[in-house]
Order: sequence, then structure tokens, then C-alpha cells
Amino acid sequence: MSIFSDVPQAPPVAVFKLTADFREDSHPQKVNLGVGAYRTDDSQPWVLPVVKKVERLIVEDDSLNHEYLPILGLPEFRSASSKVALGDDSPAIKENRVGGVQALGGTGALRIGAEFLRRWYNGTNNTATPVYVSAPTWENHNAVFADAGFKDIRPYHYWDAAKRGLDLAGLLDDLEKAPEHSIFVLHACAHNPTGTDPTQEEWKKIAEIMKRRKLFVFFDSAYQGFASGSLEKDAWAIRFFVSEGFELFVAQSFSKNFGLYNERVGNLTVVAQDNENLTRILSQMEKIVRTTWSNPPSQGARIVSKTLNCPELFAEWKGNVKTMADRVLLMRDQLKSKLQALGTPGTWDHITQQIGMFSFTGLNPKQVEYMIKEKHVYLMASGRINMCGLTTKNIDYVAQSIHEAVTKVQ
Amino acid sequence: MYSFFSFKHSHPHHYSPALFLYSSWWGGVQMGPPDPILGVTEAFKRDTNPKKMNLGVGAYRDDQGKPFVLSCVRKAEALIAAKQLDKEYLPIGGLGEFTKACAQLALGADNEVLKSGRSITVQTISGTGSLRIGANFLSRFHGGPRDVYLPKPSWGNHTPIFRDAGMQLKAYRYYDPSTCGFDFKGALDDISKIPEQSVILLHACAHNPTGVDPKPEQWKEIADLVKKRNLLVFFDMAYQGFASGDIDRDAWSVRYFIEQGHNIVLSQSFAKNMGLYGERVGGFTVVCNDADEAKRVESQLKILIRPIYSNPPMNGARIATTILNTPDLRSLWLEEVHGMANRIIKMREQLVAGLKKEGSTHNWQHVIDQIGMFCFTGLKPEQVERLTKEFSVYMTKDGRISMAGVSSGNVGYLAHGIHAVTK
Repeated sequence: MSIFSDVPQAPPVAVFKLTADFREDSHPQKVNLGVGAYRTDDSQPWVLPVVKKVERLIVEDDSLNHEYLPILGLPEFRSASSKVALGDDSPAIKENRVGGVQALGGTGALRIGAEFLRRWYNGTNNTATPVYVSAPTWENHNAVFADAGFKDIRPYHYWDAAKRGLDLAGLLDDLEKAPEHSIFVLHACAHNPTGTDPTQEEWKKIAEIMKRRKLFVFFDSAYQGFASGSLEKDAWAIRFFVSEGFELFVAQSFSKNFGLYNERVGNLTVVAQDNENLTRILSQMEKIVRTTWSNPPSQGARIVSKTLNCPELFAEWKGNVKTMADRVLLMRDQLKSKLQALGTPGTWDHITQQIGMFSFTGLNPKQVEYMIKEKHVYLMASGRINMCGLTTKNIDYVAQSIHEAVTKVQ
Repeated sequence: MYSFFSFKHSHPHHYSPALFLYSSWWGGVQMGPPDPILGVTEAFKRDTNPKKMNLGVGAYRDDQGKPFVLSCVRKAEALIAAKQLDKEYLPIGGLGEFTKACAQLALGADNEVLKSGRSITVQTISGTGSLRIGANFLSRFHGGPRDVYLPKPSWGNHTPIFRDAGMQLKAYRYYDPSTCGFDFKGALDDISKIPEQSVILLHACAHNPTGVDPKPEQWKEIADLVKKRNLLVFFDMAYQGFASGDIDRDAWSVRYFIEQGHNIVLSQSFAKNMGLYGERVGGFTVVCNDADEAKRVESQLKILIRPIYSNPPMNGARIATTILNTPDLRSLWLEEVHGMANRIIKMREQLVAGLKKEGSTHNWQHVIDQIGMFCFTGLKPEQVERLTKEFSVYMTKDGRISMAGVSSGNVGYLAHGIHAVTK
């Protein structure tokens, strides 16, 4: 009798199953609007030119070896990453109260942050502390905090399906009603999956309540630069909260904005009140990292570090990021125009109002099923599409398919 | 920004909500203890003695004391660079070619387990990541007792890894300080008393930190007893190839247990045997009853992995796969691994010869009998302290030295120092 005979089959992770189904589909016009990775106008993955350049430099550098990184990661990477999020002139950095923990992608940064909070935030056992994630949110947020030991994970109002925009009143109400010291996971920009971000005025309202009610700010920043094309603009919310005096975490990912998906490059930026607190926090972060992966992978961190710390390469990188952001903006523009031209029922302004890689189309599950089964256009059951999956070659077909789904399926 | 209150944060407080207004969230965070091994390296760095030696480090060094990047690794990197591959996410369970090659390396390509598809191997973040995934998996799905039995002593990080995963730690006798060898009788005695279905962790080869491995005949008895006790075997194999120089020989214990019908779980690391330390290359394998069970286990491993890091890093796995699957590179690798193991063995021999030359009358046979990167010298804490203070030889307090830090240029000096503190 096997010790594992009772292990049940787990359901597949939806977004990867979608891609698997797409791969098996032989339809000539199939389109994958599922998983969140950038594609060129030829539907190809894109290794950023600056990344290719830096990788060559690394391979040719005989002085480099494969020794262990420190537990918290490559120091030059950590400081440069935090600088990208908080800004070159960040007072918090000047005051020496900002630290970084190199992590495996944004996921890894979230997990290390969550593990730390469960152990050390507001006392030493936070399993009962409520963690709020947006409704909807990236589906992995729930599991990250649950597996870190949090027992009470709740939604906060975010997406208003009726008006296809931010449910600000609902969000603010949830902030007012949340128990003090609750943890809130905020998307710094390019909200996944809705693409709907608060305006600056709305962020100010959010911050006011969070400060008054002593709620913890945990930013998830996976798209800095990728959303608007500007690093500064996409980091506005983070920097505003820091300037308001919050101690906070930022889980940064370089998967999308550097196209380094499979090298797992991320950073948990910690903003503390002062250096003394920061030092103790980082010492405990080390303990958590040590039993999770000991020390992080070096390749991706080296690429990002070299790029961010060299002015010419940094400029080149910003250009590459803008290329990606601009193509997404173009596709948004064109999709909206085509749907309007087709006379597809409903308003489609949200497509250009939303920002980043994703768009919440508003298609319902039945319409999504139609898209997949009849039109071979793959998107998430939530109606989320990855704008990067659109190209000048397939956009007419996709627009036509959406038109059919909306008109034929209720 | 200003603080109404300044606290001495040396122990956790209970704060009332009002006090939080202008104080930090983190007042109750204790300073974490310094890592004992890192501390050794820090002290070593500060030492200005030109003859200083760092024997704490658990990474291979060449005879000049330098990190060693294997030629097969450099060649593999060049091949990979030429391919101009994309950077798309790997599957959650890792690079398929890698996990296949990884399992074959451990089990042998013609192993019945692999042919029948009744095992699953996932790519992990080196050995630590593998142990953690394994520990998490057991914590969630193992129906038996929560206890994991470690050999006494074991790698320092084993305990916190299993603990953080929600398991409890116990120990079985292993190292005999009176012989600096294996306490076979003590081990059997303790193992015979372990409650059924508990988890027992075994170091496949090159035990860390003692360098003391059971002989094949002893492994056979252990396997027998473990089966009688119906224990779940968790093998940690971090040094395959690095111990004896022969990858099949070093995997013998793992393969024997499987042959005897144990459905083991196994952690592998490529940090040492391929010198890929910072690339974080490893694997976790579960041997199941059949392919269906393996599929179910795989699905659950993915559910565990996704909320930790989503999917593993590509670079190191690519390098390892290229080496394992390219005949020329594989042969070169086997030679280089053999070379590393041989240098270590030679240093052991030279150290003992040096001690004899210094006039030491102690029995140092254990230095030669022990295997792998580490050597449990038998030095007591006071002797270790003297060795560090008077000779600038840095090692951990338990008397463990990393043979990788010994070279033909400094082995004489080391012998001199050890003799001085033990005569």
C-alpha cells in the first residue's frame, strides 16, 4: 500500500492549461491571448536587444564564475532594483532605510515578504491577520499568502463589471471596514487581470485611509515601465506612499520589463522607518531565504544589474521597454477602432483606458467558451486577454471573433 | 517624519494600537542570529595574516585556492549562447530534458523505475530548494508521523528546512567521536526504535559534515531494517561523483534501496559536482507505485511550487542538460569530477603524511577514511579556537574542515598547526 495512494489529482493551473490546449490546436488561425508574456508583431517571444548584448558580455567575461551569491542576493542588483522602484533621488534611500531581497521573480518576492509578515508583523504570529487581495486579482496571490500560513484571505472590491472600471466606493469602504493592521496587496500599476488602475487622486484617497487605519501596504510591481512606457509614471503610486511615510514592501518582477521570464529575477524592496529597523528585518529575511532556496540564481541578476548600473545600457533598456509598451498601446487602439467599426454592441472605451498587458474585455464565460471552441481564440474564463497576443496580422480575426461572440452568445 | 517613541527593540513588545501611530511596524522584530558558517568567512576576510586559510567554505577550490569553473560548463555555455534561445517561462516542474537527465543520472538510465514511468522528477532550486519542496510535500501529504529522523550530526540547514515546512525533527546516532567513524551499532539500535511510517533522512554519499559513509554491507543492513520498520526514506544526494569520483558508485545506496523495494524520495544538487553553485540547479524525485500515482504526485508538487517561485530558473538547468546529453561534454564532465574528487583525496593523504612528519602520534586514519568535501577532524572547540587564533586557520567549531580549501601549497602549514594544538 503506497504512502501516496491517497494523493488526489490536483487541477492544472488554468493559465498554463490554456497554453497547453492552444499548442495542441491545429487550427490555422488560432490565437493565444492567455499567458502574460510579451510577443512581437510576428507573435514571437522577444529577447530584448540590451539583454542579448549584456549576456554576450557575461559569457565573454572570464573573470566571472558560478560561485554562490550571498543569501540576500547580488548587492549591486538589490540596490539598483530598489532605486528603479523608488527613484534616484528617493529620500528613503538617502536615509539608508531601504533594503532589497533578491528573489525568484515577483512570485518569490511576494512569498518571502508574506513569510516574513506571518512571522514578524504586528506581533510574532500573524496567521490570523487578514490579508486583502483585489477582486479579481492574479490568481496566485491567494496561494502565496495561504501557503505562507495566513488563514484569513479576503477580497477587497476592485472591479466594477457593470461600469467596466474601478469600484472606488467599494474599495474605500473595504479599507474603512478592514480590521486595523490588515495587510493589503496593491497592484502598483497595470492591474492584473483588469488593466484598471486608480488615478493619482484615487491613490491619495486610498493612502489617507490606509494611514489612518494602520493598514499594511504590500505593493506588487510586475510591470514597471511596461504599462505606460515610463518608469517614473508607473512607479508613481509606490513613490507617493513612500513620501507619505509608509513602511512598506514592494515585490518587484523583472520578468516582463526585461523579458527575463525564465531567469526568475525579482526583488523584494523593504522600506523601513530607519536603518536600525531595516537591519533587523533583513536579518530575519535571511533566515527565511535560507530554508527556501538558500541563495538566489545569479544569471538574471547579473544581467539586470549590469544594465541598470551602466548609463548607456540603462538608456538602451528604457528604449526597449518603450518599444514593448508602445506596441501594446497600438494594439489597444486598433482593437477598439475595429470593434467600433464593426458596430459591436457595447462600449469599448475600456480597452484603451485600461493599461498594461491585460484587458478585461467584459466577455462572459459562455462567450469565452465560444471564442475558444468556435473561433480558436484562447483567453481566460474571466474574459482577460493578453494584448501582446494581438498582432497586425490577427487583429481583424480577433475583432471579428469578439463581434460574433457578443452578438451570437448571451 | 518623526517618531514619538523610541524603543529598545531587543525583545518583542505588545503594543497598543495608539502607540503605532508614529512608530515602526517592526519594533518587535528580533535580530536574527548570524549564520555560523558565514561568520567564519567574515572573520577570515578581516584577518591580515598572509598564511590564513579558510576551511569553512563548502565550495570546491583548485590547487591555487581559486573557484573552479569546469571546462565542460564553459563549453556548454558557449553552445547555449550560440543557439540564441528565448527566455520564455519554463513549466512549473522545470525543463523536461533536464528532469529526465537528472533522474537518469541518479537512478541509472536503465532503471526499471524510469522505464515504467513510476517516478516523477521536478527541477528545483538546487539542493535546498529540493529539500524544501520535499519537506512541504511530506508535510501536506504524508499520512505518517510528523517526525523526520536526521543522522546525528547532519547538515545544519536540514533542521530549519523541515521545521519551516511543519515537520518535527528527531535524530538517530551516526557519528562516533571516539573513532571519528560510523556508529553502525548505534545507528541500527536507534533506527530499530523509530515508529513506523516515520521519515528517515539518509545522506547518499559524502556525509555532511562528517565525511563518514556506511560501507555497502552496512547500507544493506540499514535498508533491511528500514524496510522492517516501514520507514519513508528521504535521500539527500548533494555530492554524486564528487565523493569517490565515480557517479555510479556514489549513487549505489540510492539505487540499492530502490532495488530493495523502497519507494524513496530523493534530493539532488548540481552545485558541487558541476560547480554550478550560484545557478541553483537541483532535482526532487518521488518514486511511486505506478505511473498514475506519479502523475497525481506531480500535480500536487506543482501546486506546492507555484506559490513559492512559479517556475524554476533556466540558465543552470540548460547547462546541466547540455553537459549530460552531449557525449563529449559528458565524458569531459566525468573526467573533471574525477579530477576534483582526486585532488581532495590527495589532500587528505598529504595532510596525514604531513601530520606524521610533524611527529604527531595521534591516529589520523579517519582523515583518509572519510570521504567527500568535508572532514571531521576530531578537534575539540578549544583546539579549533587556538588553530584560528594562533595560525589563522578558519573552520567551524565542530572541528569540520572543508578539504576543498586545502592545497599542496598550504597543506604543510595546516599539518603544522593541527599538530601544534593537538600534541
